[in-house]
Amino acid sequence: MSKYYLNYLDELESEAIFVLREVWAQFENPVILFSGGKDSILVTHLAKKAFYPAKIPFPLMHVDTGHNFPETIQFRDDIIKELGVQLIVGSVQESIDEGRVAEERGKNATRNALQITTLLDAIETNKIDCAIGGGRRDEEKARAKERFFSHRDDFGQWDPKNQRPELWNIFNGKHFEGEHFRAFPISNWTEMDVWNYIKRENIAIPSLYFAHEREVVWRQDSWIPNSEFLVLEDHEEIVTKKIRFRTLGDITITGGIESDADTLEKIADEVSGMRQTERGNRSDDKRSESAMEDRKRQGYF
Amino acid sequence: MLDNNQLLRFTTAGSVDDGKSTLIGRLLYDSKSIFEDQLQAIENTSKKKGHNGVDLALFTDGLRDEREQGITIDVAYRYFTTPKRKFIIADTPGHIQYTRNMVTGASTANAAIILVDARHGVIEQTRRHSFIASLLQIPHVIVCINKMDLVDYSEEAYNKVIEQFEEFSSKMLVKDVRFIPISALLGDNVVNRSKNMDWYQGAPLLHTLETMHISSDINKVDARFPVQTVLRPQRDGFIDYRGYAGRVASGVLRKGDEVTVMPSGFTSKIKSIDTLEGEHDEAFAPMSVAITLEDDIDISRGDMIVRSNNKPEASQDLEVMLCWLHNDAAKPRAKYTIKHTSNEQKAMIKEVIYKYDINTLERNMHDKDLGMNDISKVKIRTTKPLMVDSYRENRTTGSIILVDDATNETVAAGMIV
Repeated sequence: MSKYYLNYLDELESEAIFVLREVWAQFENPVILFSGGKDSILVTHLAKKAFYPAKIPFPLMHVDTGHNFPETIQFRDDIIKELGVQLIVGSVQESIDEGRVAEERGKNATRNALQITTLLDAIETNKIDCAIGGGRRDEEKARAKERFFSHRDDFGQWDPKNQRPELWNIFNGKHFEGEHFRAFPISNWTEMDVWNYIKRENIAIPSLYFAHEREVVWRQDSWIPNSEFLVLEDHEEIVTKKIRFRTLGDITITGGIESDADTLEKIADEVSGMRQTERGNRSDDKRSESAMEDRKRQGYF
Repeated sequence: MLDNNQLLRFTTAGSVDDGKSTLIGRLLYDSKSIFEDQLQAIENTSKKKGHNGVDLALFTDGLRDEREQGITIDVAYRYFTTPKRKFIIADTPGHIQYTRNMVTGASTANAAIILVDARHGVIEQTRRHSFIASLLQIPHVIVCINKMDLVDYSEEAYNKVIEQFEEFSSKMLVKDVRFIPISALLGDNVVNRSKNMDWYQGAPLLHTLETMHISSDINKVDARFPVQTVLRPQRDGFIDYRGYAGRVASGVLRKGDEVTVMPSGFTSKIKSIDTLEGEHDEAFAPMSVAITLEDDIDISRGDMIVRSNNKPEASQDLEVMLCWLHNDAAKPRAKYTIKHTSNEQKAMIKEVIYKYDINTLERNMHDKDLGMNDISKVKIRTTKPLMVDSYRENRTTGSIILVDDATNETVAAGMIV
């Protein structure tokens, strides 16, 4: 066999770097959507590679729901300092205070859907023409249809049935004023690829991904962490378990799993044996069969 | 997974009821790539719809409209991994009105799986899918003769399809064609070898996909480096650094190589090949790197760095196999933006030479309209030269898209003849 071929991780890396450089070349004012989760950390790491020895030429943007894991915010501030890039924060609390959105009511109320307004407002205010996200096609059935360069109209909406065809590696980022794009450099990565790569590159990630003793409550088939926002039901009780999180979202809706995986090696091993998808622990996706598609159409990540 | 495992991209094409979704469901299910919560969701839906057992085809349903209509509208990407390889499936719809999606899925594929119903043999759609596979120069084609369980696993039925297929495919340019008799529904020869077809000596589908030689699918001879952007760090240690960032489209570039920058024609030598990991002696396709040159030359996005003894053609007049992808038909002599690697110019379709009748695959010399899903040979004139190779020799430097400036939509995809 010829020595001139890349293994699958190197090929995925090269593809993502190519996409990030295309974003930089085709847009005026792109940002990386940074949530502090592993996928946006990975995208940021790849951006570092794409522009080395120059620094990442665009800001990171965080949509802050106010319902954060404290570790995530610390991690975000550390990475901003290390990279020397600008941070833009869109605050859901401000959107609520300004009357742009209203808190959901009821037992499983979350701020998840409220993020859409905050995100679109931040995109408009900062004149962002491309928001780079860590979305992957293996995550969810609506995401399986995403393009690398995904068009959003001037209301920020996605029209999945009328997407621009994307052939070879020629990306068309042309748009009119007021419209924007979402770009997904790690579209072709699976959860397993992400972990194998994080392990290989030894990328720093928040401690939440590693198993620790935490206070949790059993709700909707997963362990929801205790926080100032948690309102206990009558039958519920807080217990201490060794928990880690497979994805990080709002602290109110992100369920953990019982685990002993406290190193990257153990996490990768654990993930390779998993029989549930990672979003299986996200109550925002359990609402209906097309929960993600509906949110994405409106402008969700 | 081993460190040297490769990535294989394949596309699946079949008619509406050829069992394409079932095949993909079967590949994912038998290779244990379906998670329990996904399986649970499919089981629930199967019950609701009154199916017997689990309908694996439901796994590939995506958008709400697709679930309601029971058809695939858009290209969907699926992933699975075995101990030998990582796979990306571009799952494309088979209906005639979705030719554009098939072309999209085929554009990045190493291999195409074409499904044929053993009971019906080669039909119009089979011919069309094979034609698109050959037009897009997919290096490997696997014809899966499906529903063998419905023809009593008959070797004659299998041989008849091969005969029919070879009869029409001899006119096409497909380098590597294989045939596999399967039952996607029951799993024969998909992941596991069938116990019902002793007469078939070849490998099951998954083994074929795992072992197929794909390293030579990319052109490793003609070194082509389209410049995406210029890196100027202007910080300590890199004050005068000027790196040309890009992904090697084909071939190999080495430190010290004599190179020419096109279209300017200036020559220089490669001073370094850089990534965050450090300097490299060489870079090959499809690596993303930054290249620095010995001399200060004005280079920007859209330029191409090539080895001085092996250059592409710089041309303003192109003959292109064009697939029209948009509802709005082409306007005669209208100007479009043409995108080719990182280069972008204005272009005009000067002449339609002929149009393929997608059903008979015959050339129509009289109908010159370019509408949705039409595939035609055209002459294009660009405002400035593009650095091109023929698509047959180089998928990256031989492909273009056209963008309508009035709508910004991608309206056509072309392969340079």
